[in-house]
Amino acid sequence: MANVERPLSPHLQIYRWPVTMATSILHRATGCGLAAGTLLLAAWLGAAAAGPEYYAQMQACLGSIIGRLILLGFSWALFYHLLNGIRHLFWDAGHGYSIPVANKSGWAVIVGSVVLTVLAWILAYAWK
Amino acid sequence: MSNAKVNMRTPLKKVRHLGAAKEGVQHWWIQRVTAIAMIPLLLIMVVSVLKLAGGDHAAVVAAFKNPLFAVIALLSILAVFWHMKLGLQVVIEDYVHSEGLKIASLLAITFAIFIVGGAAALSVLKLFFGA
Repeated sequence: MANVERPLSPHLQIYRWPVTMATSILHRATGCGLAAGTLLLAAWLGAAAAGPEYYAQMQACLGSIIGRLILLGFSWALFYHLLNGIRHLFWDAGHGYSIPVANKSGWAVIVGSVVLTVLAWILAYAWK
Repeated sequence: MSNAKVNMRTPLKKVRHLGAAKEGVQHWWIQRVTAIAMIPLLLIMVVSVLKLAGGDHAAVVAAFKNPLFAVIALLSILAVFWHMKLGLQVVIEDYVHSEGLKIASLLAITFAIFIVGGAAALSVLKLFFGA
């Protein structure tokens, strides 16, 4: 089968990553990460429904350093997937396909997701 | 034979009826419907969870006793788990090439989504109806 010497497309690591490629791959990666994080969210809901003792244990877990790091990643993934999802909806409606616009919207999504994550954590600590 | 370009295309270049998957654009469309629904739903949920994060158990119970919040939470669970099922399904279909493993993975995520989503919905209902 592989006897014919056909030109092959270079593999991913050969390319200089355009921002559109990074944002596309990140959309899928954050989607999968969010699916895992949703299990955690369901566990948090379950603990709240199970009663104060379970809820306190869950809060202690999530409040630990590792818990906070996971929540930090989860919140960034959520804001990233949300903003990039809105970018996808604009594409679905037929807007924003030109390369300069797609590059700009890609950077806007990356910067926006970091800004929203920082904002959310500031609010979480302010409301404590 | 002439050297003119022969048109090799057949009418099958166009999808007929609902296409090979027999469901047309249903998968794509529901992914968009749930995505649009989640924009307002998740913004409300994120702000609420941020407020509840530092609070105690009583504050969480009080929040879910509000019927409006309980409905928003249930709708969020429906949209999130449905969207998650569609997304994970595409990832599996893209990367799992062995037919048996693919079908097993698709079954596993479908069951997992109903089990975890059902448990999450039941938790909300318990908090809403609970004493």
